[in-house]
Amino acid sequence: MLKIVFLGLLMLVHSAIASAALSIEIIGAGEHQIPVSLVPMGGDEKLGLAINDVVTGDLLRSGLFRLVDTTGKSPHDVADVNYSDWQLRGAEALAIGTVGVQPNGRIEARFRLLDVVKQTQLVGEAVSANDGQLRAIGHRIADLIYEKLTGDKGVFSTRIVYVNRQSKSYSLIVADSDGYNDQVVLKQKEPVMSPAWSPDGSHLAYVSFETGHAAVFVQSLLTNQRKAVADFPGSNSAPAWSPDGHQLAVVMTHDGSSQIYLLHPDGSGVHRITFSGAIDTEPNFSPDGQSLLFTSDRGGSPQVYSMPVEGGAAQRLTFADGSCFSPRYSPDGKSFVFAHLTGGRFYIATQDLQNGQMVTLTEGGWEKKPSFAPNGKIILFASEARGRGILATVSSDGRVQQHMFTQSGDAREPVWGPQL
Amino acid sequence: MKKLVISIVLLNLLAACASQKPKEVAAAPAPAPVAAAPVVAPVVAPQTNIDPLNDPKSILAGRSVYYPFDVAAVQDADKPLVQAHAKYLSENPNRTVRLEGNCDERGSTEYNLGLGQRRADGVKKMLEMGGAKAAQLSSISYGEEKPKAAGHNEAAWSQNRRTDLNYAAQ
Repeated sequence: MLKIVFLGLLMLVHSAIASAALSIEIIGAGEHQIPVSLVPMGGDEKLGLAINDVVTGDLLRSGLFRLVDTTGKSPHDVADVNYSDWQLRGAEALAIGTVGVQPNGRIEARFRLLDVVKQTQLVGEAVSANDGQLRAIGHRIADLIYEKLTGDKGVFSTRIVYVNRQSKSYSLIVADSDGYNDQVVLKQKEPVMSPAWSPDGSHLAYVSFETGHAAVFVQSLLTNQRKAVADFPGSNSAPAWSPDGHQLAVVMTHDGSSQIYLLHPDGSGVHRITFSGAIDTEPNFSPDGQSLLFTSDRGGSPQVYSMPVEGGAAQRLTFADGSCFSPRYSPDGKSFVFAHLTGGRFYIATQDLQNGQMVTLTEGGWEKKPSFAPNGKIILFASEARGRGILATVSSDGRVQQHMFTQSGDAREPVWGPQL
Repeated sequence: MKKLVISIVLLNLLAACASQKPKEVAAAPAPAPVAAAPVVAPVVAPQTNIDPLNDPKSILAGRSVYYPFDVAAVQDADKPLVQAHAKYLSENPNRTVRLEGNCDERGSTEYNLGLGQRRADGVKKMLEMGGAKAAQLSSISYGEEKPKAAGHNEAAWSQNRRTDLNYAAQ
């Protein structure tokens, strides 16, 4: 039984496609890699190969899969599959299917994932998308494979946002999770920082200096309409959305020092919730909407604290040497990720909220601004290689890392978007 | 005021011509007259008319305050500079200045935005205590977003940890 899924209903309507990204390097591998065979789809072979490239890239980057050679065998239908062929080659799963262009111009791929050992179908789905969204079909298929074989939700169809800094220009860029299909949603001469996804993925909040100082803007990705929602004297920054999308936490300085306030995404209803006189910044809502993580130097060095959203006593969570920045809850709310600066290097680390145990995931360098993928299995962060700011990911167990190089400029301030 | 600046620039140009250094003439786009002039220029305009803000020999020519890592307090070495600007502002109530805090890159961008604001606000407070009026002053932060010097080393960082006093043109 094939399930039908239409992709691309919520796409960006505006904006030029920025120069196609990027080269990707993978470092390390998962402990147990699942052997999978991906047979390029039949029908329109050119489309089949293009989709196969996307699926292959997604699965390899996760570090959790090993691709088993398909040479000499190309079944496209279940009836053509000789399971013992694939058992001999060591595959545990086999992906087959067909792809073609429909009379209405849409591309439709009919995809099946087969369990080679049990000789059963794990999933079958017809995935269709518009002409320009071939990659979306590949990401959807990779998600299905990932989900069936690992038990975790796939995140290949999600998007990321980051800032690209050229010599004197700043662009806010939304791209697929693999960095491709990048689209410029804002480009200007003044700095842009701290983009934040609304929970439904339809809006971005971010900091722009276009009015001469740091102000918080909210922009629709559907209409491109934008509005300054916090533009008080001094600095307005660090926007974070509540899980229901009804509130923003932002940091403002007009009462004396950097303090956290809540307001509605239209800019109304501003009220202050921290009263420390220190720098309190980088608020992040817990998945249940009850608590905030934030960075504060109230104890001397910058460290991570938590507090109830509606105000009240804050609790210090990190006690590491040096300083800790940019905390973000894991999607299950049980841990958080942050950037740890010690001995002149930044490391990406997580900490369990129950037992307080801290785990350093990276070897250190110029690593900042981590955020979880919606499935909690991958962490996106800003790093540096060959003298340029790049995007990087590390699996939440620290085993697999990848570096994504954009074509030019420095990539900074990445944030992984929500699952839609 | 603009006229005065222009005449000083002209003086500089004349002086440079007189000393046969055409290269320096070409190299001086000079938004504010900084180099060379006073040595050669025999008093044309009376000193009292020159805005001390434009006197390259005045302490007011210094427009930046520097800091150690993760520190926002004005250091002893820079206090005379800030105090001189406070005095100037109190004597020239029509002048306004924007204080722009900056940081090195060792922190999150958001923490650094807060730190830069704290640096700018610290200078602002000291200017007010020295007689400047609040209405003459505004403070912003660029955090680590507009580094003056590039590089992951102390030579660059030390230049990037600063508050600039940016006077509005008159």
